[in-house]
Amino acid sequence: MNTAVCPECEAEVVLEAGTEVGEIIVCGDCGVDLEVISLDPPEVALAPMEEEDWGE
Amino acid sequence: MVPRIRIGVLFSRVRVEEKWIFAALEQRGIDYDRLDDRLIYFDLDNPGPWTQYDAVLERSISFARGLYALRVLNAWGVPTVNTAAVAETCGDKLATSAALARAGVPQPRTVAAYTVESALDAIEKMGYPVVIKPVVGSWGRLLAKINDRDAAEAILEHKTTLGSYQHSIFYIQEYIAKPGRDIRAFVVGDQTICAIYRKSEHWITNTARGGQGEVCPVTSELADICGRAAQALGGGVLAVDVIEDPERGLLVNEVNHTMEFHTTVPTTGVDIPGMIVEHLLAVARREIEVLA
Repeated sequence: MNTAVCPECEAEVVLEAGTEVGEIIVCGDCGVDLEVISLDPPEVALAPMEEEDWGE
Repeated sequence: MVPRIRIGVLFSRVRVEEKWIFAALEQRGIDYDRLDDRLIYFDLDNPGPWTQYDAVLERSISFARGLYALRVLNAWGVPTVNTAAVAETCGDKLATSAALARAGVPQPRTVAAYTVESALDAIEKMGYPVVIKPVVGSWGRLLAKINDRDAAEAILEHKTTLGSYQHSIFYIQEYIAKPGRDIRAFVVGDQTICAIYRKSEHWITNTARGGQGEVCPVTSELADICGRAAQALGGGVLAVDVIEDPERGLLVNEVNHTMEFHTTVPTTGVDIPGMIVEHLLAVARREIEVLA
């Protein structure tokens, strides 16, 4: 199982099958948004904060 | 031998929509590049890395990044979905309203004003409640329903004092007493391919704000107004938000050029990413001309 470490709370974060680089996942422990930056090795970083011009 | 189509997909983050689009491209065996808008740059003396693409699909979350990318790509003659002109109009609510008004597409009564005094004057003449929206913004952010003069004065002062210069372009609409829902319809080319109701007990019905999706039949009336709205904005792949006014019928509220569809696909069963990719490939093959 692919697991990374949450940079916010150091909890283990599971990268499910089919996860892609650039995808946003949520840390199950602290709830912070994380961006998958690598699959091998599994690595996540804090996701960028929402900005004013973001949307559809 | 027919040359292979080469596609670029510009994105900010891989949402489920991007995953579905990548999958649709891969299922069709299309040669494509994932272009993270945080990593790219445009050397205006060297368009080669970009003109290799037969078409670029713009899926940036950032309106500004997406728009400027499209401007450069279109200036180089690279066809895009959507074009810079479409993005520019869709991304600005006042520009959208002006385009809809020019085309005679029904929409809520809308007023633009530049000062607190003129905005208050316009609001008093429209009557309460009104809705004030930022001209650039999405996902239901910073919408304000103004029920009386006290609230109007407070919101206008806050926008003037705390916001960027764009927040002093006051975009004011009449409040429509919609039936606890609005309609999100998807237009690809000249077809309204599907629609959902977005239901919420809150007056803001965006699914980004918790609105729930439910299938909405695409009636001829809905297809007609959405087609006209899309055409007024320049066409392409668009999501048209429609309000049901109890007296005037369907009114177009806004049009989105990089729409999300994570609620609509499971709700309707319509293969929106597949249809986007088919449209993109038609643009890449020049079967659809997007650059005049």
